[in-house]
Amino acid sequence: MAVARYLDRRGDGSRRREIVTPEGIPIQFTLASIGERMTALTIDIALILAAVFAAVLFASIASPGEDDWISALALLLVTLSRHFYFAFFEIRGHGATPGKRAAGIRVIDARGGSLEASAVLARNLVRELELWMPLTFLFASHLVWPDAPVWMWIVACGWLLVVAFLPLFNKDNLRVGDLIGGTLVVVQPKVQLRIDLADAVVAARPTAARTATYTFTEAQLEVYGIYELQVLEGLLRGEAAADATAVSTVADKIRAKIQYAEKVPLGQDERFLADFYTALRAHLEKRLLFGKRREDKFDKRA
Amino acid sequence: MTALGAYTGDASLRSVQFRREREATWRELEDLLQRVHDKGLSGLSAEELATLPHLYRSTLSSLSVARAISLDRALVEYLESLVARSYVVVYGSRERARTRIWAFLRWRFPAAVRAGRWHVVLSLLFTLAGAVAAFQMVSADSDTYYMFVDPSLAQGRDPSAPTSELRDQLYDEQDFNHGLTHFASALFNNNSRVGILAFALGFLAGIPTLILLLQNGLMLGAFAALYASRGLSWDLWGWLLPHGVTELLAVILCGGAGFLLAHAIVFPGSEPRVDALRRRGRQAAEIVLGSVVMLFIAGLIEGIFRQTVTSIDVRYAVAGSTALFWIWYFGWCGRARERLEGAVPWR
Repeated sequence: MAVARYLDRRGDGSRRREIVTPEGIPIQFTLASIGERMTALTIDIALILAAVFAAVLFASIASPGEDDWISALALLLVTLSRHFYFAFFEIRGHGATPGKRAAGIRVIDARGGSLEASAVLARNLVRELELWMPLTFLFASHLVWPDAPVWMWIVACGWLLVVAFLPLFNKDNLRVGDLIGGTLVVVQPKVQLRIDLADAVVAARPTAARTATYTFTEAQLEVYGIYELQVLEGLLRGEAAADATAVSTVADKIRAKIQYAEKVPLGQDERFLADFYTALRAHLEKRLLFGKRREDKFDKRA
Repeated sequence: MTALGAYTGDASLRSVQFRREREATWRELEDLLQRVHDKGLSGLSAEELATLPHLYRSTLSSLSVARAISLDRALVEYLESLVARSYVVVYGSRERARTRIWAFLRWRFPAAVRAGRWHVVLSLLFTLAGAVAAFQMVSADSDTYYMFVDPSLAQGRDPSAPTSELRDQLYDEQDFNHGLTHFASALFNNNSRVGILAFALGFLAGIPTLILLLQNGLMLGAFAALYASRGLSWDLWGWLLPHGVTELLAVILCGGAGFLLAHAIVFPGSEPRVDALRRRGRQAAEIVLGSVVMLFIAGLIEGIFRQTVTSIDVRYAVAGSTALFWIWYFGWCGRARERLEGAVPWR
């Protein structure tokens, strides 16, 4: 049904992954970075340790003796949180444990289906091999393998570390659990709707100037394509640390390029660019309706 | 130079009009999502919960339209994020926890085991091979016992112990609050770790899983040989089987799950390795989860029942009934539902 396609569309393209929803619409996610995942993991481990510590403390206060059901219960809690903390919270929290929520990342199905409980289980049960085993081996190897010869210890550690650091060696930052569960870890998308620059009613312009001051001919609007339009959008939105000189430089360049004859008074460059943006967008969108998509100024097809 | 009047009235831009018409829907979805993010799905009323998929689909279609007609990058990016964000909620998890747990126990778990029966049989064979080998070796030379059984697990049950002591340990009545529950809990802890490892190690082509299973079998065989040499076989199995049927079966199932992973990695067949792994990985994960539940049951039987019931007949009756139960469960339970569902994901 839904197939993952990988593509580079923007500057951060190497970290963008496209999945196709069950409705057949492709949507993009940004892969979570190793740093974000480490942050999430650290928070989660801290929470597990805190829970375990609290359980043990409670058990030792409630029943000083070692042999009874309270300590058994505490031990049970330790086991369950070790094996099922991640799976439980990822199923409940739409793919995010408390640590992942704090780090702003979450788990999704790599092929665009719904995130199944079995996938979440699969990716988290493997943590026994990826996380707890290496930790035990590194810090308490006498517990698992009391009389291991040193060379065996080194081999085992090396092997386990390769498994644990697998995310560093593949382009999707997949760990073994992601491979087995068929999942991806992505950044929780940030949702913010900014004003429409072409909509003069909402765009912050002086009321007097709600209609365009500067007008352009068809030929002048033929010069640029979608790419240039969106670069201009970025400039007008102040994305690229634009100062006053950038605005006037760009305005000068555009006027030269499209051979704009009218004089633009000093200090009106932004106004000029805003009008040009609106006119260009209207022009290009109109062409889009006729199925002609002009990607950039070099695009001669449309 | 003709001024093009059409460009001066901004609302004539289709994309602007489009945004004006649809924005309210997007804002509504955004608001619901924020509340789900803050409080979980319980933060929504039943009505709002029902509108969520509708809002999602309508925003999804907005995204398609926007991609086709709008060149406002900010708008398309916003819709992409909004859809991506609601996608994880709408396709996060569909069923309530109770329904899901029930479905799992009622048919998904036995169905997963049935679908992987040959892997489970393989796992059983390795365990048996280990057991038979160790039994033969320890019967021939009792000193080999120490090769197979870890002293910390043996707790004095080794060839140097007098027969009477070995016998007493099998019938030692201990009171409820004397370390038993703790012991059972520790055992559950250990067993579930071994089970999960047997599964996870399947990723390393199954070799470590195989070793783990053999080791488990060797230990069992060595125990059996020791007690057999003192004429205590009948008593040993009466002591071991009430919980052992469930416990051994669970470990064997986990081994089978490990072999499922190994199968996908070593022999992916006609599908890409990643797809094979994903398919069998999910099936294996369900088997492991079910096995952990079984280990918990085994722990309960062991901790509460075993040492308080010393009648050998009752012990065998319990062992027999658990065996029958599991045969029914994995052989027949949920078959009708399995047929009904048809496309189980791991097929």
